[in-house]
Amino acid sequence: MPAERRKPTSSTTSRFAAARPPRLELAPAPKWHAIVEWGLRVLAASAVLAIALILIFIAKEAAPLFYSGAIRHEVTLAKMWFSQLWPGYDEAASVWQPVSEIPKFGVWPLIIGTLKVTIVSMAVAVPFGVGSALYVSQYAKPRTREIVKPLIELLAGIPSVVLGFFALIVMATWFQSWFGFESRLNAVVSGVALSIAVIPVIFTLSEEAFRAVPRSYVEASTALGAARWQTILRVLLPAASPGIAAGVALGLGRAIGETMIVLMASGNAAIVSANFADSVRTISATIAAELAEVVFGEAHYTVLFFLGTLLFLATFAINTVGDWTIRRMKAKLGGAS
Amino acid sequence: MTVAGSAPRAPRRTSAQRVLVRTMSNRLGDAAMALSSGFAALVVLAILLLILFDVVRNGVSHLSITFLTEAPKEGMTAGGIFPAIVGMVEMVLLMTVAGVPVGVATAVYLHEYAPAEARLTRLIRIAVANLAGVPSIVFGLFGLGFFVQFVGAGIDKVFFHGDKVYGQPALIWAALTMAVLTLPVVIVATEEALRAVPRELREASLALGATKFQTVMHVVVPQASAGILTGMILAVSRGAGEVAPILFTGAAYFLPHLPKGLSSQFMTPSYHVYVLATQSPDVDATKPILYSTVLVLLALTFILNIAAIVVRARVRRQSGLQH
Repeated sequence: MPAERRKPTSSTTSRFAAARPPRLELAPAPKWHAIVEWGLRVLAASAVLAIALILIFIAKEAAPLFYSGAIRHEVTLAKMWFSQLWPGYDEAASVWQPVSEIPKFGVWPLIIGTLKVTIVSMAVAVPFGVGSALYVSQYAKPRTREIVKPLIELLAGIPSVVLGFFALIVMATWFQSWFGFESRLNAVVSGVALSIAVIPVIFTLSEEAFRAVPRSYVEASTALGAARWQTILRVLLPAASPGIAAGVALGLGRAIGETMIVLMASGNAAIVSANFADSVRTISATIAAELAEVVFGEAHYTVLFFLGTLLFLATFAINTVGDWTIRRMKAKLGGAS
Repeated sequence: MTVAGSAPRAPRRTSAQRVLVRTMSNRLGDAAMALSSGFAALVVLAILLLILFDVVRNGVSHLSITFLTEAPKEGMTAGGIFPAIVGMVEMVLLMTVAGVPVGVATAVYLHEYAPAEARLTRLIRIAVANLAGVPSIVFGLFGLGFFVQFVGAGIDKVFFHGDKVYGQPALIWAALTMAVLTLPVVIVATEEALRAVPRELREASLALGATKFQTVMHVVVPQASAGILTGMILAVSRGAGEVAPILFTGAAYFLPHLPKGLSSQFMTPSYHVYVLATQSPDVDATKPILYSTVLVLLALTFILNIAAIVVRARVRRQSGLQH
């Protein structure tokens, strides 16, 4: 039956043909196997489809900003990005007041707010994330590690709404009494709360990076007479730095995009200021707080989807860089992890 | 003018002294390094314990069986969270049914079939990694723009003569949005489990004359089932805790009744926490309920996460892989 499978190598081409064992006769796989396997492939492509659909459908809702006359009458890209002299203001300012008699869609208060919260969270999360990764991978005894590591990973499992709740109800009060903040909810409280969500990301990847450093590096350094701290600072850290950088990049992506924590603990006041003790309003919190109350298809709705597109593109870029760094590190260190 | 070399100077240290100084400074450096890194780990653990302690201490008092089986009463200042629990279970079940098969299929394709260097393979891997990093609020926008406004409104146009049935926030759209969000979780866990299945098993199966597909279905996937379970548990835990993706796709502040079908809105403990914490007119009156809701949510996610850790540890031990 499977004539073409049996097709022998022509005897003239090989002198050893006679020495070969007889070919195994296998029934060909049923046709439906091929169909199912093709189906697997299609399903696997769904991740690609999902990313594409996400971009297409949020950009689609933001697109009228560029062509719709009715919306451009209210808001244009220039009005969003450049300071405007609004009636009642003494000088040109970027103001976010989407629900007022004259809707104002200046994005800078939101971008500055996002940056402030992100800076605070990264300033806390990087030292604590990398530090605890260093401890767990280099100093902790195996038994300690088996307890500490899952516990820190458990921190990653805390829903962000619970962290937001904790920041809003508990941390904000403490911080106010410690530092005397004028506004209870501000960039510091939300940034520190956000860092609790970011630390496990940085920890996991840094710990993996530390442990992926070949033993021979450490041994060589020790053999040259370096003390342990010298080995860690001059050998281990540089060798693990791509992995740490990847962890920091993914943590940064998480910090910029995280919504519930900042929505609940940042105070949500769109203010342009350099003071970290002021209330802030981030891009993500703005979308979450305002989208439920807008009319579909109106200027405000369109602008919120535009902000969403910005957020998507920013995190996409950061994650791509982070992911690329991880891959390169794994290839370089021979996939030790 | 004296020559530099002839100037009087401190007596040279003996070599023994130099060794002593160096040992001391190295000891100091080592101690500082160990202490500071240990301090970092300690603080991180302290934060975890602090949150747990605060939530348990304040949440336990109001927790009871009736809290889990009653609906909210008197403007959410009394009663329980029964509708929220039911809503969450329904949403998570739908999400699992929709998302896990796709995630498992993707992982099976990536690990068992895909040629490592093919463009499609690389594209899928990049997509999965990026999908995991998309902010949850963007998933919310996507769910609204795609599922509610496009798919839902399309269904209404075709089947309901334009009446709003599916073209509005609903259980099914929230569940599907969450299924997309948790897809990377399932894929990553499944692929790790597939990687742990020994080559020999596949080869033995192929050598017995099984086709590739039979090998995958009857040997590889069953061997990896614990890992697939891990992915499922983690996905459920994530789905139960996320709020931002369901803000505009189906979650309701308050419903006097349970969800009636796929097209009705629903309550869920995670969104309930947000509502109680920020929208309540009487913060002090809702506080005990708020804490108890947080406790329920936290207990649920911790139990799920610990279960996942235990299952994964078992898988790793069995496969003898070092991670």
